[in-house]
Amino acid sequence: MNETKTTCPYCGVGCGVIASVNGAQVEIRGDEQHPANYGRLCSKGSALAETVGLEDRLLEPEVDGQATDWNQALDTAAARLEAIIRQHGAEAVALYVSGQLLTEDYYVANKLVKGYLGTANIDTNSRLCMSSAVVGHKRAFGADTVPGCYEDIELADLVVITGSNLAWCHPIVYQRLVAAKQQRPELRVIVIDPRGTATCDIADQHIALKPGTDVALFNGLLNQLAQSGAANPDFVAQHTSQAAQALAAATDYPVDAVAQICGLSILEVQGFYQAFAATEKVVTIFSQGVNQSSSGSDKVNSIINCHLLSGRIGRPGMGPFSITGQPNAMGGREVGGLANMLAAHMNLEDAGHRRLVQGFWDSPLIAEQAGLKAVELFDAIHTGQIKAVWIIATNPVVSLPNAEHVREALEKCELVIVSDILAGTDTVQLGHIKFPATGWAEKDGTVTNSERRISRQRGFLPAPGSARPDWWIICEMAKRLGFKGFDYAGPADIFDEHARLSMLENDGIRDFDIGGLSGLSASEYAAIEPIQWPVRRLAGQLAPPAANCGTARLCATDFYTADRKARFVPVSYRPPVHAPDGEYPFVLNTGRIRDQWHTMTRTGKSARLGGHLPEPFVEIHPRDALLCGIKDQGLARLSTAWGAIVLRVRFSVETPRGSVFVPIHWNDQTASDARVGKLVNPVVDPHSGEPEFKHTPVRVEPFLIEWHAFVLSRRPISTADFSYWARATGDQFLRYELAGRQYPADWSAWGRDLLGGRDSNDDWLDYVDATATLYRGALVREERIEACVFVSPRLDLPSRQWLAGLFAQEQLSELDRISLLVGRPADPSADAGPTVCSCFGVGRNVILRAIGDQQLHTPEAIGRCLKAGTNCGSCVPELRKLIAEAKTAA
Amino acid sequence: MTEKMKLVVIGNGMAGMRTVEELLKLAPDLYEITVFGAEPHGNYNRIMLSPVLAGEKTLDEIMLNTPQWYAQHGITLHAGDPVIKINRKQRLVVADSGLKVPYDRLLLATGSNPFIIPVPGHDKPGVISFRDIGDVHAMLDASRTYKKAVVIGGGLLGLEAANGLLAQGMEVTVVHVLDSLMERQLDKPAAALLRQALETKGIHFAMAAQTDAILGEDRVTGIRFKDGTELATDLVVMAVGIRPNIDLAQAAGLHCERGIVANDTLQTYDPKIYAVGECVQHRQATYGLVAPLWDQAKVCANHLAQRGNDAYLGSQVSTKLKVTGIDLFSAGDFNGAEGDEEIVFRDLRRGVYKKIIVRDGKIAGAVLYGDVADGSWYYELMIEGADVRELRDVLIFGKAFAQVGPAAA
Repeated sequence: MNETKTTCPYCGVGCGVIASVNGAQVEIRGDEQHPANYGRLCSKGSALAETVGLEDRLLEPEVDGQATDWNQALDTAAARLEAIIRQHGAEAVALYVSGQLLTEDYYVANKLVKGYLGTANIDTNSRLCMSSAVVGHKRAFGADTVPGCYEDIELADLVVITGSNLAWCHPIVYQRLVAAKQQRPELRVIVIDPRGTATCDIADQHIALKPGTDVALFNGLLNQLAQSGAANPDFVAQHTSQAAQALAAATDYPVDAVAQICGLSILEVQGFYQAFAATEKVVTIFSQGVNQSSSGSDKVNSIINCHLLSGRIGRPGMGPFSITGQPNAMGGREVGGLANMLAAHMNLEDAGHRRLVQGFWDSPLIAEQAGLKAVELFDAIHTGQIKAVWIIATNPVVSLPNAEHVREALEKCELVIVSDILAGTDTVQLGHIKFPATGWAEKDGTVTNSERRISRQRGFLPAPGSARPDWWIICEMAKRLGFKGFDYAGPADIFDEHARLSMLENDGIRDFDIGGLSGLSASEYAAIEPIQWPVRRLAGQLAPPAANCGTARLCATDFYTADRKARFVPVSYRPPVHAPDGEYPFVLNTGRIRDQWHTMTRTGKSARLGGHLPEPFVEIHPRDALLCGIKDQGLARLSTAWGAIVLRVRFSVETPRGSVFVPIHWNDQTASDARVGKLVNPVVDPHSGEPEFKHTPVRVEPFLIEWHAFVLSRRPISTADFSYWARATGDQFLRYELAGRQYPADWSAWGRDLLGGRDSNDDWLDYVDATATLYRGALVREERIEACVFVSPRLDLPSRQWLAGLFAQEQLSELDRISLLVGRPADPSADAGPTVCSCFGVGRNVILRAIGDQQLHTPEAIGRCLKAGTNCGSCVPELRKLIAEAKTAA
Repeated sequence: MTEKMKLVVIGNGMAGMRTVEELLKLAPDLYEITVFGAEPHGNYNRIMLSPVLAGEKTLDEIMLNTPQWYAQHGITLHAGDPVIKINRKQRLVVADSGLKVPYDRLLLATGSNPFIIPVPGHDKPGVISFRDIGDVHAMLDASRTYKKAVVIGGGLLGLEAANGLLAQGMEVTVVHVLDSLMERQLDKPAAALLRQALETKGIHFAMAAQTDAILGEDRVTGIRFKDGTELATDLVVMAVGIRPNIDLAQAAGLHCERGIVANDTLQTYDPKIYAVGECVQHRQATYGLVAPLWDQAKVCANHLAQRGNDAYLGSQVSTKLKVTGIDLFSAGDFNGAEGDEEIVFRDLRRGVYKKIIVRDGKIAGAVLYGDVADGSWYYELMIEGADVRELRDVLIFGKAFAQVGPAAA
């Protein structure tokens, strides 16, 4: 057995993971020594082993649909790029990269574009989640500095969580908060979110403000802090500037005005303000609910302003805390992988910085003005201004706003190069040249998490097929384009150059400095322990620094502006750009769900993760649903001025009236028409260019179909003839939720065609009640269930859970065979129900039965009994609901 | 003590004796009962003749009423002495032996006769029917001497006969005029399954075959079909259907059509004369199965007992085939009519086929093959005219699943 310490590739928490490889068997567990998670993993992290299989992987380079070798692919790509540059100039070329890339990959990509192609047209999907925080940080601190660390959340007396469903999106940070609150129940938690989320489970107060009104709320707080004497005049005087302007801007926000703008009661607002004012140790966690807004940057600064005025920053247990969405959004920012950054937190607009970087790289050129940011970049492709784009490790056809426009842009684009691990994502399908990249389990390098902690990602599986690391692909392209400066022996070399650049003429002037990690040998690099930057090089340093030589906190007294003072940013509330109207009366909010990651290219492979929420859905308040004429579990069509999609309806009283919530994950590979990006308005923050994902006016209507169906099948089925379909991965089967409008003349023949049992010798069971549109069929091969289909005109199809279990059986028992088309076992207790705890695969029915039979009153008791909720803990809120439900039912 | 009324029963079969049993329960002392039977036995369960032929049961095992039973209940039994005449004016019956017995009430339970197709040679030795113990003995004897048998008729009785002969070691071919077996009880898919199962057992079939002649000099040697082909055989069993036995009633001037016409209290046009069983035509229907017979017996006994609070409104029938290893069930209008709704379940590997016909939210008919456990449930629902709309999506999976409630989403 071989154990490798590496880092989880999902959210920005950056948990340490230990991968054990035993033959073909991969096991994953949390790294007890990693300071981000101390051994815990969430449901997604726990299921990593299920995502490293080679199915659907892109394993050979392709040019124009033909598999080829690396030389051919790279030469062709380089030749075509050169031709476009020759004809249209370097500004006609762009890279669109990803927060999934490792720092080393990111570094060389940025170097190639800004130092050699001489354009700044490199942007990243981090634009979609973090760029408003970057702007906020830079405006306030003079650099993109995250002041605090995870420990502050545990040390705080008040944790404000705004615009973040931490429980689902950053489960391990949330669990640390839960544990701290258990130890110190006086630790108050206030959640600010239009939506009631799982995070509200531990909230002392949930402030369900009107979408997009955060600036008003925090301006009001700033005003209140000044008036209530909670300001820290010494700190403000010594370490900040422009406080007066910010306060002046905030005087327009008395409590009653705030309450009105935010749709809150005055008491609610006052309660929050008083708690904040009265608590010295306060951390404000913010994430996409703040960032993804046309006023995202201002929202960030409205938060930071409050921490600056109270002086609650840079010390243990306090500070504004941006929790990043991606595993290496921070690393990408460090290397300058955004169109308006240079490298090592240096600024593109700063001539001195440009000179420094160009000199260090010894590059022929240096980009002089900011490149196109994500949304504009794809607009520029659409208009033909950009002729060639190289997309690395991301899926913009799914993830960008106005996603259909993005698809059109790529369809029109003269040259689309993609580097990816998968052969068939919505984006990869549009590539002319495809480079097979190595995936998480195969890659080597570093990532930086939300608390500035650099951790090693270490490969533990061999690179499959012809797949190569992204840094290698980028450097090979650079060489073929005739550039010097890309001869690296490996990621250690690149990291060393990155580290040396960070300390170049730095001496603490710039926040980002990892000079202490320069000059490492390959083996020292391989052994880097998780460490928080800055890690400055000490005079006479010989050995690599110990992990505790990192820096837990910044911004206590020193900032990175010219005068070394933090700056208040005067901001005022601006409503979201597009307001709902008669045509589009609801507000569309988007976000993640607990068990999926981004466009599901990896989490979608895991059966455990697919069980929690297996279909793309829209959450809507039942009263609003009534107005729209849609039913719970029915199908709805959502349309905006930019596009339309079809989703399953879930009633949720926690979704505020007038809003709907749709997860971001589903795409054309996993559903018929569920790319929520198609709906999202392409409105961006004027400073950060971050799109307003959380606020698009939308219309909700019933999607009329004649019948519902589902299929469980060991092999993929053709979904072409369905009005609606969604696919999820199960344990040894694929699950399709389906709906249709056509009535086949012969259901039995239809079922056989669908499931592939047309041979009269096939062992086939079916049940036809054509008048009632009830049809069920099952194909059995060698006494094993191969596939089954269930059709009904109503939403009364049987539970998929029990049928799913049959696929794990080597042989179908006679009893199960008899019950097969009933869809449930003769003994109803064998039906576990939908998965609630993904980690241990515990179903809803099992939990409800245990609650009833064993008189369980707490999630802990359920945990002792069934293990549910005892690993990642993210289902604990649901367990609590089930307990309440059982109580009401009893 | 006044003298008891005299009840004479013509026919010592299942219908007649069931009526007597029911009557004894209701009014044990009302009548002095005399029973005439053509067969020289006590009363036996005719529908169990097939297992006797197949060697699965003995004659003793299928006897219903022993001579002691008749004695115990004060019933006079004349077995093997058929009644040859009814004198309605004098209200007496005359038996073959010359015996005359007067009656106050007369019950006709003369049953039915097998139908013999009048093809040339149908009266040759070696051509028999399958109706009574005598026929069973004849077949058993033949099976000991001869090798080949042909059963003409692919209905319930024919197939049971074929199965019995096969069990007795004969090489059996079933000749059926249609292309689908048991067309009065099974739809085509079920019939196909049945044929497959019987073929697996070793029975041969000549389907859609019309018999033109029975060949042979002093005994059967073969049959010839309309298309000219011939099939050698040592025994021909005619099992193409039955005809109600109405000769006696007709001779007595009672109104008969296909059967003896009886009203809802099973009285003939002579109200002192009742009729039950296969000889009866009631509301245009004649029956050849056991369940209607029980229904009729109950009503008839009620009326004979002078209760008069029961009426016979006709029967819905259900069928089971008594062939070991083959389970089939059918009831009602299993083929359905225009506008009827069909629910079908198939699991051919397990040899299971089920079909339910739904009409106006009620079961109108059902065919089950291979798994008949729920036959009686469907039958009950059909008889009750129960609304099955709520059960519809679990109906075909049977009572066990339906009782748990409809499938949860």
